Amino acid sequence: MDKNIYLQPLWKANPITVLVLGICSALAVTVKLEAACVMAISVTLVTGCSSLLVSCLRNTIPNRIRIIVQLVVAALFVILVEQVLKAYVYEVSKQLSVFVGLIITNCIIMGRIEAFALGNKPFPSFVDGIANGAGYGMILIALAFFRELLGSGSIFGFKVIPQSFYDAGYMNNGLCILPPMALILVGCFVWIHRSMNKDLQEK
Amino acid sequence: MKGLIDFVNNLRPSFEKGGKYAWLHSTFDAFDSFLFVPKTKTCCGAHVRDCMDLKRVMTVVIVALAPAMLFGMWNVGEQHSLAFGLDMSFWGKFWYGFLRVLPLIIVSYVVGLGIEFASAQIRGHEVNEGYLVSGMIIPMIMPVDVPLWILAVAVAFAVIIGKEIFGGTGMNIWNPALLARAFVFFSYPTKISGDVIWIKGVGKAAAGELVDGFSGATALSQAGAGIAPDALHTVAGQPMDAMQMVIGNMAGSIGETSVIAIAIGALILIYTGIASWKIMVSGVAGALFVAFLGGIGAQEGTLAAYPAYYHLIMGGFAFGIVFMATDPVTSAQTECGKWIYGFLVGAMAVVIRLWNPGYPEGMMLSILLMNTFAPLIDHFVVSRNIRRRVKRAVVK
Repeated sequence: MDKNIYLQPLWKANPITVLVLGICSALAVTVKLEAACVMAISVTLVTGCSSLLVSCLRNTIPNRIRIIVQLVVAALFVILVEQVLKAYVYEVSKQLSVFVGLIITNCIIMGRIEAFALGNKPFPSFVDGIANGAGYGMILIALAFFRELLGSGSIFGFKVIPQSFYDAGYMNNGLCILPPMALILVGCFVWIHRSMNKDLQEK
Repeated sequence: MKGLIDFVNNLRPSFEKGGKYAWLHSTFDAFDSFLFVPKTKTCCGAHVRDCMDLKRVMTVVIVALAPAMLFGMWNVGEQHSLAFGLDMSFWGKFWYGFLRVLPLIIVSYVVGLGIEFASAQIRGHEVNEGYLVSGMIIPMIMPVDVPLWILAVAVAFAVIIGKEIFGGTGMNIWNPALLARAFVFFSYPTKISGDVIWIKGVGKAAAGELVDGFSGATALSQAGAGIAPDALHTVAGQPMDAMQMVIGNMAGSIGETSVIAIAIGALILIYTGIASWKIMVSGVAGALFVAFLGGIGAQEGTLAAYPAYYHLIMGGFAFGIVFMATDPVTSAQTECGKWIYGFLVGAMAVVIRLWNPGYPEGMMLSILLMNTFAPLIDHFVVSRNIRRRVKRAVVK
């Protein structure tokens, strides 16, 4: 198997910083690191599994109705993930609220199915889906790390900024809790990423 | 002077290409052109040159800001003495305010210019003078009690995200000084809104230190809380009339309180042709128009029931419309566009004041919003112009 299948999505074709897909949820669920991790795992599983299933079915899906079939497959896994989250991590699923259901609208899933799974064998499709989910999750977790650290002064809910800082006048940054800062941070990530990869820079 | 020129010229070779400090070329160039007129001459073609280059423009704006700044310094001392019931002389108040405002100015310039120099150095550009004005405006639109580290973070944010990312001076979409204020406003809301931050020392004052009847609320926040125009009161609980708000000895951000001092600045800017009088006039018209509309059938005791002209003298309206809405980079560029842009700035500011209970002051958000739309306004003005001319050119 070509190693680009799992290396590209993590770096040179990262869904968020290069393809600019899945931005909405990246802004919405990254206030807390815990929620971001759960979201990252959920999306990874859904992209991986739905790519796998669509790839298995690819020779039997009529071309004209393929989108609706893909949608049904993705919806199946989204519902599965949603039920599992509700059963085992109810608190987090309440925090993520509507965004778990909205994984179905995440462009990465349909994008990978259309662009890759429909034309490739099941195992590479599965790896491609997992890698794209991981590339998305990686950025999500990095975003949430900075937002939670600067916005709430904690990581995974544990206070990491000592009380003495607050006594000396330090304050949590309220803007980091609001979505605009997430967008600015994504912009900074894109900036860093492109300055490290000269061939990604537009002329 | 001759000695200084010789000194700079002696230093020059070591900063030029191949010299020992060639990597510091931008920094050297900045100080060199700050001190002397550059030697570089236009080599070919005919050019019309004006002595009003970017540096002179910036200097004139600083001069125009001076009355409001000096008044603001005095006012810091005045409000402090009123709040604590102190008996201070005129110069005592000024000196007190000067010492409190100076650190803000220094932090603003050191952080902002530091980033400007560093980014010019990295890109190999010349250092631009653009920050000279922003660096002076930023302290003037902050409450005097803002912590210095918050100011430093806000300045860094404004210069990096607001300006350098877009390519530096002249390329920015939003006014950097307002971006710094918006950053503080959304990041550390307790440090820039509320009643205890406008007067130096009140936040940390012990019980019994303040005068009886003390109130730190600004005129605008009193009005927003439903106090009638004739019941507005000063820091010490005395009644406050419209005249006092024009003079400006009241609580507020450092440079925004005095309409008279700002008007002097406005005259300087209009006389030298740096700021557009069209934006100022249409901005005032827009604010009066919306305030008048809002006043029709307004309930007694709400801000909407205030006489329309109060909106011009309360809060940051005057400062914003004179010094920030007219920023030549971020405002509309076409002459007709300036009328539309200014009108909408004034109108939006009053709309936010009257109908958004979350924000007592709307000037900052309104200018930032219209900065965003300024290119669009220009686009429509230009394309309308083209359409009109095309129609005229058709031969029958």
